[in-house]
Amino acid sequence: MLLNRLLLLAGLAATLAAPACTEKPKEVARLPIMGERDVVPRADGGPADTVFATVPRFRLIDQAGQPLTNQSFAGRAYVADFFFATCPGICPKMQGELLKVYHQFEKDPRVVFLSHTIDPAHDSIPVLKDYAQRLGIADASRWHFATTGAHGEPTARDTVFQLARAYFTAAQPDKEAPGGFAHNGTFALVDDQGHIRGLYDSLNPTEVARLQKELPVLLAEIDSRKGGAAKQ
Amino acid sequence: MSIQFRFLLGISLSITLTGCFSNNRHQGEKLYAQKCASCHGEQGQGLGRLIPPIAGSDYLTDHRAELPCLLRNGQNEVIVVNGVGYHNVMPGNKSLSPAQVTNLLNYIESHWGNEAAPRTISDVQAQLDKCH
Repeated sequence: MLLNRLLLLAGLAATLAAPACTEKPKEVARLPIMGERDVVPRADGGPADTVFATVPRFRLIDQAGQPLTNQSFAGRAYVADFFFATCPGICPKMQGELLKVYHQFEKDPRVVFLSHTIDPAHDSIPVLKDYAQRLGIADASRWHFATTGAHGEPTARDTVFQLARAYFTAAQPDKEAPGGFAHNGTFALVDDQGHIRGLYDSLNPTEVARLQKELPVLLAEIDSRKGGAAKQ
Repeated sequence: MSIQFRFLLGISLSITLTGCFSNNRHQGEKLYAQKCASCHGEQGQGLGRLIPPIAGSDYLTDHRAELPCLLRNGQNEVIVVNGVGYHNVMPGNKSLSPAQVTNLLNYIESHWGNEAAPRTISDVQAQLDKCH
């Protein structure tokens, strides 16, 4: 009798435990793609293609005098933000937070960092170079501090403001704001194909921690794409 | 009765006393978080060679008498802290009252390894009167 009961209990336990064993493995987490998407009909009448937003074309010069375009970042992830060297407001906090993320991925060539100055009239290449060195960034190819106005382009400021909007960062001149510019401290995570895959408020420690957690998720996705491409 | 009365008196006294002090007790810490921490860091650590540290800063002891004016007016000259030159601009805080400057400095000067003697409002007031 007692044995029967024990067997019954064991059976029950087994049926309870079984579903957990046969449950499908969880799908690999995937980061969303930010921005508007287009649906483009296909010429051959097949199912329409969805075209995801990408970062618009840009041309920058970094603190080492190197030109940077979208192509410079192709095949890699990058984290972008907007700052200016004389900013007494949120920039030191923002760049200090990005520095933490940078240190975590300093040796990982799959990700680079890109800070755009929103004050190209002041932040010349020597100013950007000094800023980078003072922040402790010796290798310009790991963290670019870049300008749209290396050659005194009169439209440099408009160009960078437009670029900021594309990265979901609000930036504009503001006489009331400390340093003369109002902007928010958004970090944008961009994938190997130019899609923005995450936006993080640099002033919120939880958000910065989320970036640190989500960056490896994106890197794994990029790795799998590269692995898949190699097999084909 | 008399014991009970004393007891009550004691309680009400301690309540009023904490009431007196609690308002401004953490004013220095709050002001630091609002006005200083985003540049100088939550622990006064500064940022690379861009923003000088406040923690363990020789500038605090070497320029003690000038600090009230520095907080009020800011500064835009090269400043040497612990042997490192910094050239970023520090904005001023014209709206800080002498009491606020005192509380802020007393907080800064008693944290993160800093150990200066506490300031009084009248000392700070006298130093502020001499600001340019």
